[in-house]
Amino acid sequence: MQNNFIIESENLTKKFGHFTAVDAISFSVKPGEIFGFLGANGAGKTTAMRMLCGLSIPTSGKATVAGFDVYKQTEQIKKNIGYMSQKFSLYDDLTITENINFYGGIYGLSKSKLKEKTEYLLDLLKIPEMHTGKLLVSLPLGWKQKLAFSVAIIHEPKIVFLDEPTGGVDPITRRQFWDMIYEASHNGVTVFVTTHYMDEAEYCNRVSMMVDGRIASLDTPYNLKKEYNAGNMHEVFVKIARGR
Amino acid sequence: MSSVIIENLSKSYGDVSAVDDISLNIDTGEIFGFIGPDGAGKTTLFRMLTSLLIPDKGKATVEGFDIVKEFKKIRSLVGYMPGRFSLYQDLTVEENLNFFASVFGTTIQENYNLIKDIYVLLEPFRKRKAGKLSGGMKQKLALCCALIHKPKILFLDEPTTGVDPVSRNEFWDMLGYLKNEGITIVVSTPYMDEANKCDRIALMQRGKILETNYLKNIIARYPGKLFAVKSDIMFILLKDLRDYKNSNSVFSFGDSLHYSDSRTDVTKDDILNYLKSKEHKNILIEEIEPNIEDCFMDLMSK
Repeated sequence: MQNNFIIESENLTKKFGHFTAVDAISFSVKPGEIFGFLGANGAGKTTAMRMLCGLSIPTSGKATVAGFDVYKQTEQIKKNIGYMSQKFSLYDDLTITENINFYGGIYGLSKSKLKEKTEYLLDLLKIPEMHTGKLLVSLPLGWKQKLAFSVAIIHEPKIVFLDEPTGGVDPITRRQFWDMIYEASHNGVTVFVTTHYMDEAEYCNRVSMMVDGRIASLDTPYNLKKEYNAGNMHEVFVKIARGR
Repeated sequence: MSSVIIENLSKSYGDVSAVDDISLNIDTGEIFGFIGPDGAGKTTLFRMLTSLLIPDKGKATVEGFDIVKEFKKIRSLVGYMPGRFSLYQDLTVEENLNFFASVFGTTIQENYNLIKDIYVLLEPFRKRKAGKLSGGMKQKLALCCALIHKPKILFLDEPTTGVDPVSRNEFWDMLGYLKNEGITIVVSTPYMDEANKCDRIALMQRGKILETNYLKNIIARYPGKLFAVKSDIMFILLKDLRDYKNSNSVFSFGDSLHYSDSRTDVTKDDILNYLKSKEHKNILIEEIEPNIEDCFMDLMSK
């Protein structure tokens, strides 16, 4: 496999007993791309993502992430990716600064780098100094999500995996969150994102749709809408998930 | 007739005001939706209305019974599906149903008619432990358990959160069927687009109700004109529209931007001329009817 793709997957498969959760998926993602990874519940998205993050060893097939092999180099993968989900992000009973220090520390940032990053993040997120010592639990969800994203890319990974990052977030914050995704992508970070909001699928450069463990469709939102003769991505989703 | 009457209901946790002086009525037989993001206070409100949490201030009745003084009556009248899956994971589908039926002094057979359409989908798994079901199946089982005693009113706390768009549609179809059976349905959701599945909605944010009404009335009350705008380079378009001196708000919506203008007499050509002066190519502008998210964001920023 060549390294001009940041993710390359070839017939990647995961079986649990007789059940094939991910069924020979092949695709590649370009550096800096915003790649939407969609599918119905139970279609195999989480299992596929876990393999790409080095958390689950595939049953068969090949894949590299940031140039590292998903069988043999899972530790290097973990160091070179960022991860954030709606369910697990930051610690509610730590302050903002403690959260930044904790994650920066885990990723092995030096003390001076950590200090520089902390100042940069607080400035970027426009968090007033009076709040930096407050426990996270007391902050509005919108700030938490934006902070969680910043922390997920604190070690400047080549690629960040976002698992339903905007679930339950208000519509204004949801859009501000996507502004951050665009900026990260503009700075060369590859963004691999799942969402149940179909308007967000439109913001991706390319979108893949999983059905029953397979990738049923993969293209730009524009081409998918054309192919499925649909007015928006919601219609595309319904048509693909129901087998047209 | 009202199934639920809420007057100045409030609940705080320490300094945080989770539900802040809410008043509204829910009509018998309607599907009423509380729509708002996480932290809006939906769950706290539902827990008070189902008698599981005592309000700090204000009062409310459900089917004519006071939520504090007559909590026992309320518990036999309401069906409640909490946001977090809360059935017995180590009991089978059938055992869970039997358990909830016996707690309410009834049997599966007695009210089978009501749950039949949902239960047939679960039947192939009736010997499976609830903890081993898929998300969609857990949701269906929880709904069956909430219905087993034929409640007059059903409280569903975020039943579709984290559920894909196709499964969400199916769930709403089931609710339509229950409505036809005469059950009042009170449902909460963070997905704004589900507003069109409800008869009336209350938009919630940080413990407060922004507005309660029929969706079409909420949309009719949106101030000013709204336009969908596209051009070749969307992120420059976003910036240019935000910098426009008459700009009221600009938000991304799928493949276009929604732009509202501070002038009441603005025309498409006014915007077109401005964008041409900024050298945009392939400009598409269309006046549109606002959707629920446009309305929510407008109310939020007031």
